[in-house]
Amino acid sequence: MPKKSEIKLLGTTASPYVNRVQFALNLKSIEYEFIEENLVCKSELLLTSNPVHKKVPVLFHANKPPICESLIIIEYLDEIKSDVHRILPSDPLERADNRFWANYIDNKFFPLYEELRMTIGKEGKEAIKKQIIEGSVLLEEVFVKFSNGNDYFGGDDVGYLDVVLGCFIPWRKLIEKYNEFTAFDEVRTPRLAEWTKRIWSHEAFKDVIPENGTIVNFYMILQKYKPPRVV
Amino acid sequence: MGEVKLFRTWSSPFALRVVWALKLKGVEYETIYEDLANKSSSLLEYNPVHKKVPVLLHNGIPICESLVILEYIDETWNEGVRFLPKDPLARATARFWAKFNDEQVFPSFFRYFMRQGEDQEKAKEKVLENLKFVEEHLKGKKFFDGEVFGFLDLVFGWLVCYPGVINKAINLKLLDEQMFPNLCTWMEQFGDVPVIKETWPDEEALIHKFHKMREGLGIYIYTKLRYEAS
Repeated sequence: MPKKSEIKLLGTTASPYVNRVQFALNLKSIEYEFIEENLVCKSELLLTSNPVHKKVPVLFHANKPPICESLIIIEYLDEIKSDVHRILPSDPLERADNRFWANYIDNKFFPLYEELRMTIGKEGKEAIKKQIIEGSVLLEEVFVKFSNGNDYFGGDDVGYLDVVLGCFIPWRKLIEKYNEFTAFDEVRTPRLAEWTKRIWSHEAFKDVIPENGTIVNFYMILQKYKPPRVV
Repeated sequence: MGEVKLFRTWSSPFALRVVWALKLKGVEYETIYEDLANKSSSLLEYNPVHKKVPVLLHNGIPICESLVILEYIDETWNEGVRFLPKDPLARATARFWAKFNDEQVFPSFFRYFMRQGEDQEKAKEKVLENLKFVEEHLKGKKFFDGEVFGFLDLVFGWLVCYPGVINKAINLKLLDEQMFPNLCTWMEQFGDVPVIKETWPDEEALIHKFHKMREGLGIYIYTKLRYEAS
């Protein structure tokens, strides 16, 4: 059982991947120290603890080597404190199903939002929005299957995909607002629309949500350092 | 433990890691070869999201994405040899490097192989940079997972065959013994494991395929190859 001083999380409050790990830490009642990183001027700590990717989040547990990549950190936390709020199910087939959809969310669905931010021009933007909507409809089906009539992907309580997809809600809201659409709307994806409100107010997530100013600031940094380009 | 089928192509390195996993666990399975230019209705039914191989079918239920399949195999046939280590930190480390292979090392190698001229030189720098991280990670170890081979060796196993065959096909050498002594030693040792040695695709067929790809049979072949990545 990790003690408070033992777990440190290096990250930025605006990053959904960092929020994801914070969500998991809260679910498992793991106390931790948060070390704020400056992504515009990366610290020595970040560069030495994640030399391969130079990205956050990075988790430190006591004097062990650091752990990088948010999905990998979550599985690690789930394994070291398996008796409190199991995030991944124990059945191998259910685990495989959860991991498959986590990959889809991280490699196919969410990258569309960055693509949307970076695309200039109405036609280009509409094409990406269409893909996001298609992805949302697919995720609605996934929600129906996984939730089995309950409130979360994990069933009657928050599970892996709730954490994996839920962490993107603040950032997605911002991008959708700037692009005048709603991905998980009440008509097309009613279950996900309800789910969004539930996650937003969940006790393990609501204090993790970045303040509007923080997230807008992060958006401005991205606009500056990874500016939109003409397709 | 039920009926097992594997949908794959004859040449995909991502399918091979699943073949190795099944053989090492002693699992009986049926192979169904897919022609990605003409995908079967079964494949489209079992992997509607990505329409890719490999797909493992266990008792009629599909599992997709090769790394997901590897962990599924390890957790389902969990008596005897285990691929992933027991320790949570060692597991996290193995998963990190597996992801690095699939998202960075292999794609950068593929780009290096498929480009020409100055583009190829730039792509070469990237793949060498990636391989140096892998080389460093192997330091002081016989296999990626220590004294005995495991998950990460299966993931990186493609290095034992494909760069060498590409070198034979188009004279593009990548793994120099001076620059990558750890990797080259590992390649010999892992390459000697019977299951690995006995399952490589036919070398002549691979060389022919690589020639065709490079001779620019158009976007079709490139797209086909992208489908083969899992």
